[in-house]
Amino acid sequence: MSSPNAAYPDTPETRTRPKRHEWPLWEVFIRGQHGMSHRHVGSLHAPDEEMAIKNARDVYTRRNEGVSIWVVEARHIAASSPSEKGPLYEPSESKVYRHPTFFDIPDEVGAM
Amino acid sequence: MYAQMVKSEATQEDPERLAAFQARIDAGEKIEPKDWMPAGYRKTLIRQIGQHAHSEIVGQLPEGNWITRAPTLERKAILLAKVQDEAGHGLYLYCAAETLGVTRDEMTEMLLDGRMKYSSIFNYPTLTWADMGAVGWLVDGAAIMNQVPLQRTSFGPYSRAMIRVCKEESFHQRQGYDIMMKMCAGTPEQKAMAQNALNRFWYPSLMMFGPSDKDSVHSAQSMAWKIKMNTNDELRQKFVDQTVPQAEYLGLTVPDETLKWNDEKGGYDFAEPDWDEFFEVIQGNGPCNTERLAARNKAWDDGKWVRDGLLAHAEKKAARRVAAE
Repeated sequence: MSSPNAAYPDTPETRTRPKRHEWPLWEVFIRGQHGMSHRHVGSLHAPDEEMAIKNARDVYTRRNEGVSIWVVEARHIAASSPSEKGPLYEPSESKVYRHPTFFDIPDEVGAM
Repeated sequence: MYAQMVKSEATQEDPERLAAFQARIDAGEKIEPKDWMPAGYRKTLIRQIGQHAHSEIVGQLPEGNWITRAPTLERKAILLAKVQDEAGHGLYLYCAAETLGVTRDEMTEMLLDGRMKYSSIFNYPTLTWADMGAVGWLVDGAAIMNQVPLQRTSFGPYSRAMIRVCKEESFHQRQGYDIMMKMCAGTPEQKAMAQNALNRFWYPSLMMFGPSDKDSVHSAQSMAWKIKMNTNDELRQKFVDQTVPQAEYLGLTVPDETLKWNDEKGGYDFAEPDWDEFFEVIQGNGPCNTERLAARNKAWDDGKWVRDGLLAHAEKKAARRVAAE
């Protein structure tokens, strides 16, 4: 979790602390209804993937919130860094022609 | 107010970075775990979210006390579901705190050895079934009062946890009020039990909001950071204004002779709780502090072999899988 591309922060506190022997952290993704994609809902601790799914069911689907669960160990997630926000996302800002509203179509043409 | 008297940390950082950070918050942006944040913001949030999480977990104990003695199977199932929700709420909050660079086990250890606190309210005993009504109605009611505005807090994971919690919490308050309605419509003895529960939980519920903080530097910093959304007095007033008519509907008397509607301010005037008692409870001298912490410590110690055993099993399985590849 200390790699700069992890999903969790790399702070002076986390770097200097000895690694603890704990159940790993899992990120939980739930498909809310048929036809929807899985969505990140939170995280939890579990010793292995089997228990992670069982725990996810108890923690995140107590009120019929899901029809399918994915879990992935948090350390396997690579994340973009907030400092790269500019180079990553700014180029698309100037490309307004990617949106349909950029083009004026006369009313006579009908729905398009 | 599941987090009481959270001191905010002073921050000594580059004024320019601090100003940019504050500007993001003022613009209503959410701060996410990997964004730059002042060390004080991080520390204060760990303390606050951690305390909030601990309160959810310790808060299971006074209600867990009545699961085996619920009057009907339906009430038992409802209470069980409510207590299970509290465990879930604790977990959402621990997860939110973990995104700040602290682990759940570390926070648990800090709770168990007294370095971190939980809400004063859970150090009061639940003596009768009517207390299940009073706890749901008043304690969860007070919690909702605090948690609803926190859905708009500046730290993304905390805000998302609060949104989930609030979605589930109103069931808790309603089931409590439902118990109170049933008791108040029952025999004179049952109604007396309900009144007695209100008498015992009224002032401790008012204490949940913490002492007046209108002149507190810590609160001012936390409010600027949007990790505290209202002053303690504002929330307490709102709670009283909402709860008094509910007590009247039940035909119960709020145990405060000075309670009076004030037309001018558009709210009730009411008596302050005994703050000396509050500080005693916070210091660890409430009626159940020792019992609560002992129960948490016992659960943690008794569960050690399970945690260790499952971890060893998972590691062995993983090693076998690697060897097979």
